[in-house]
Amino acid sequence: MTTKTATRAGEPEVLELDRVTIRFAGDSGDGMQLTGSQFTRTAAVYGNDISTLPDYPAEIRAPAGSLPGVSGFQLSFSSSPIHTPGDQPDVLVAMNPAALKTNVGDLPAGAALIVNEDAFNAANLSKAGYATNPLTDGSLKSYTLFEIPISTLNARALEGLDMTSKQVDLTKNFFALGLMFWLYERSMEPTLRWIEDKFSKRPVIVEANRRALKAGYAFGETTEIFHTHYRVAPAKLAPGRYRNITGNEASALGFVAASKLAGRPLFYGSYPITPASDILHQLSGYKDFGVKTFQAEDEIAAIGAAIGASYGGALGLTATSGPGIALKSEAMGLAVMVELPLVVADVQRAGPSTGMPTKTEQADLLQVLFGRNGDSPMPVVAPATPADCFDVAIEAWRIALKYMTPVVYLSDAFLATGSEPWRIPNVADLPRIDVENATDRSTFHPYARDPQTLARPWAVPGTPGLEHRIGGLEKSDIGGNVSYDPDNHHRMTMLRAEKVAGIANDIPEAEPYGVERGELLIVGWGSTYGAIRSAVERLLAEGQSVAHVHLRHLNPLPRNLGDLLGRYRTVLVPEINLGQLLMVLRAKYLVDAIGYDKVRGKPFRISEIHERAEQILAGR
Amino acid sequence: MTDTIAAQTPRQPGQPLALTRKDFVSDQEVRWCPGCGDYSILAQTQKVMPDFGYPREKIVFISGIGCSGRLPYYMNTFGFHSIHGRAPTLATGLKAARPDLMVWVITGDGDALSIGGNHVLHAMRRNVDIKLIMFNNRIYGLTKGQASPTSEIGKRTKSTPEGTIDRPIMPLSVALAAEATFVARSVDTHTEHLQGTLERAGFHHGSAFVEVLQNCNIFNDGAYRDFTDREVRDDRMLVLEHGQPMIFGKERDKGIRLRGLHPEVVQLGHGVTEADLLVHDEGAEDPHLAFMLSRMWWPDYPVPVGVLRNVARPTHDELLTGQVEAVRAQRGEGDLAKLLDSGETWTVS
Repeated sequence: MTTKTATRAGEPEVLELDRVTIRFAGDSGDGMQLTGSQFTRTAAVYGNDISTLPDYPAEIRAPAGSLPGVSGFQLSFSSSPIHTPGDQPDVLVAMNPAALKTNVGDLPAGAALIVNEDAFNAANLSKAGYATNPLTDGSLKSYTLFEIPISTLNARALEGLDMTSKQVDLTKNFFALGLMFWLYERSMEPTLRWIEDKFSKRPVIVEANRRALKAGYAFGETTEIFHTHYRVAPAKLAPGRYRNITGNEASALGFVAASKLAGRPLFYGSYPITPASDILHQLSGYKDFGVKTFQAEDEIAAIGAAIGASYGGALGLTATSGPGIALKSEAMGLAVMVELPLVVADVQRAGPSTGMPTKTEQADLLQVLFGRNGDSPMPVVAPATPADCFDVAIEAWRIALKYMTPVVYLSDAFLATGSEPWRIPNVADLPRIDVENATDRSTFHPYARDPQTLARPWAVPGTPGLEHRIGGLEKSDIGGNVSYDPDNHHRMTMLRAEKVAGIANDIPEAEPYGVERGELLIVGWGSTYGAIRSAVERLLAEGQSVAHVHLRHLNPLPRNLGDLLGRYRTVLVPEINLGQLLMVLRAKYLVDAIGYDKVRGKPFRISEIHERAEQILAGR
Repeated sequence: MTDTIAAQTPRQPGQPLALTRKDFVSDQEVRWCPGCGDYSILAQTQKVMPDFGYPREKIVFISGIGCSGRLPYYMNTFGFHSIHGRAPTLATGLKAARPDLMVWVITGDGDALSIGGNHVLHAMRRNVDIKLIMFNNRIYGLTKGQASPTSEIGKRTKSTPEGTIDRPIMPLSVALAAEATFVARSVDTHTEHLQGTLERAGFHHGSAFVEVLQNCNIFNDGAYRDFTDREVRDDRMLVLEHGQPMIFGKERDKGIRLRGLHPEVVQLGHGVTEADLLVHDEGAEDPHLAFMLSRMWWPDYPVPVGVLRNVARPTHDELLTGQVEAVRAQRGEGDLAKLLDSGETWTVS
């Protein structure tokens, strides 16, 4: 949807756009993540709906100019609600040949391509594997190409500053950002303020970045390369106060909120691992909330310490990614056995083994559902969007505390590092979390159970008369002493399973978005929400008989899910794995659901889901 | 509102409670093999418990896996029998969340030095305020007799029929290298010494590492007989006493002298006097003397028992709580509404 706005003669025309998707790409040392996040902040504060997808290599600084060293940041901003960072960029800013080569394939014909012409020298072309210069060999003719000598222009703008040429070159991302600000009619103010805050102790750096940003902006304004600039009006979001938030930030805030709501201090044990480490960084800054963080010697120590803290009456939390879950599994089983509240966050990344640490995947579902010895059921919850992480983090703790059970919180790299506007909730509207510790010695038994929830009492050390022993050995029902009695083991195994299964009565039913019954139901979980929802919106607009169910609770599943699955001719389960939820649904409900799997380390595109659904609906 | 767990009672050393050993005996039947050294360690542990001034509910015993792991079941305190090698991690988290508790870790040579080696190192270097008692029987008992990380080289076991080819680890050397602030050794059958050592450990402020030489009469009987038996122990063991010259022997006629960088056993008399001997200093800031002692072993040397090292450093929970309190003093108690509504915000009306 574009609308031309009349402008005075000589001024560039302004096009009104509904939605724009930009991708910044350059060397991992080029500051592309910073550039992208600055544009995101500016668009967010302006009032657009936004969604972002940082895409960076695991190497901190891969060899300059090389293909593996390319770092990208895609963001979509819009005047109407959006759910994804966009399928294909409308604009690609490529800072060097390697960035062009690795990203140009994602561009639709006609997209704008802004390149730093200075970087297209023989050495860089060769590092990127270009035999001829793509800027001159005609291979980019299906795009609108803007060749700008960004390095040269930027260096000229910074002339006279006491800086090395290398330092000067490091600011060229701000030139590119300034140009994009002009192109999309954005204020430079938020970024200028940020520069001053960030480099307040280094005035020359402040000046350099200011000049670079302004030079880029002025370049757009004064040269006649761009005949048009674009306007994306603020989105009509629900009234309220907003901030831009990543999934990891929202998770950390949700965990702190849960601690406040429960009236128990948060203890966070963690070992650094991509892409979960930001949760540790964030929580270590919340000591004023009584949060104690512990950077453990390994993943096992991290969960062990969290279990110890929970045993002591705190909210013991640990977070990691897939390889860390593998290491924590034995301790997760211990938490199942001793029935203590614990939250284990898994920010999934592409695997197996070390896999692709900075790329997203949903392939830990079966690991967290079943990856432990013995029958050891654990509730599993999964946020759907970056902002949703806040609510689901609280939900994880609500379940853990009410049912005295470890809970898995299943995020992923896309949610963790992607961002969107978050309507800041009113604290009074947050769910209540009631916690009670056992104190009555006359009625206390370590494994007596609440008849409703089947939760055992939380009797913390320091409570007179409640001295008792727990541990990984099987315990007798009610009394809690070590027991090898065959019937007791069977009973305890059943009780642990029934306790978790019973949570289904305490979570909302699944609600289809779209038709109540009909041809096609698309079932998703986790970060595929945006792509599925957008595709289903499109299909519904096209008059198709389709619906979307997105599962927040993966164990137990909503109690009406089986019934719901039966109301559609076909059930499609798109996942960024090889069909893990699919396997669960087929096994549990005997439904002939079909999967749609892509494991490319990237989120689904809307068009991919849309196309697959169309094929199914057309009987293909 | 966030600190409602339990009132915190500072430790009051030297104010024993009016409790006896019996108050710390649980209702569970003790199930170690008859004649096992663990019985004595349990009895001495129960005996010293009233001395520390902690009521039963404020004492927690955490164990790993192995025969030693059973001990918490027999203590009428709070107890947590965890998983193999991980007891120090649970203890670290518990102590961090609950500085008001007295936390003991019960472990063995396999639990502490094989599967849990990493955790012992880090708990010690952080000076987590835990009392770690390592039962060292130089064998895997619960799994029925495989070589352990402290088994002597060449030892024939079920898993090493031609003899183990792995050099044994010296537990006290490891503890010292890991910066433990209290390092001691005692023997299961030397009940008085063991009791005194456990008491010293209990009163230590910070990580205490106590190696108890413990006899497994089923799978490694007599492992320490050569120097612990009543008839020979005075001549083959060195009882360390802070500030005292290192003298040993039934007749107290032998001592340890330093020759270059090496300890040397000397006979007193014939020109050698007490003044020539090393004087034990458990509080020495640098750990060289303690490390030297940790390497001494029969038959080259008498085996040292007692406290090798005892220095004061701030504990992990003190430092952690200190940071929390400092931040709170500076910023005040965190306000959730303000935290959520922070960063760059905008309003949609």
